[in-house]
Amino acid sequence: MTPSFGVFAVFALLLAIPAVYYLIVGKNLIRILISIELLFKAVTLLIAGAGYFSGRVALVQSLIVTLILIEVLVTAIGAGIIIAYYRHSESLDATRLNELKG
Amino acid sequence: MTIALLILLPLLGLWTILASSLLNAAIGLAATSATLTLVLFTIESPLAGVFELSVCAGLITVVFVSAISLTSRYTDHEMAERDSSRRKRFFLLPVLMAAVGAAFWFLGAEQPVLPELAASAAGEVREVIWTIRRLDLVGQILIVLSGVFGIVVLFKSRKECRCGCEAKEQLP
Repeated sequence: MTPSFGVFAVFALLLAIPAVYYLIVGKNLIRILISIELLFKAVTLLIAGAGYFSGRVALVQSLIVTLILIEVLVTAIGAGIIIAYYRHSESLDATRLNELKG
Repeated sequence: MTIALLILLPLLGLWTILASSLLNAAIGLAATSATLTLVLFTIESPLAGVFELSVCAGLITVVFVSAISLTSRYTDHEMAERDSSRRKRFFLLPVLMAAVGAAFWFLGAEQPVLPELAASAAGEVREVIWTIRRLDLVGQILIVLSGVFGIVVLFKSRKECRCGCEAKEQLP
């Protein structure tokens, strides 16, 4: 038996909570990127559920493919920026980003 | 089956965030992606599931492991300090998740299943991509190209001159 859309929404929210929590209290840049990835997963789950229950699976699948593409680019460029910052300051602490001249 | 996978998803997300080492966090993220893939298969979205499994559980994990491998180890003192501060910062998270989950479950999760279910997906996705979302494809190609360009710029390597003068940037 497939659960209702409300169940999908609740579990998408539960998946998003740890990610948002880490974005608020966390300091490690790589973990922050991982949290953003988790948020993408929550959104993917919500979109997939919405498509399934509205009967527009094909449209939703094409949207999810676009979402995954953007997810990969965010990760790759984010990882590149983090590594560049690490080479520059030998630290992954997000709070120290303010010390840069900008 | 689907409900079991849905329960597993936030648990894996919690493990990803609370994992002590970065490598475990990356593996937790990959496990979350794999579980999401199974959910997508159960709700008749196989194409999205295949993309999720190959790209998110595969490629992104490799990117994270590569990024982690380029960093250095914590000293024992730093590790002990970090563990104690993590315990203080994250003790509230499981409680918060349980409270929010219970509240929303009793408020709105028990709606009936909508009768209008999807019949098929595989053939229609192609139609949607090549007809309704044709313009989006151009945008996606541009995004990929700009992403590749961004990565090339970010991973420029520095090469020092023989005379010891200012470092000169060079593409890999």
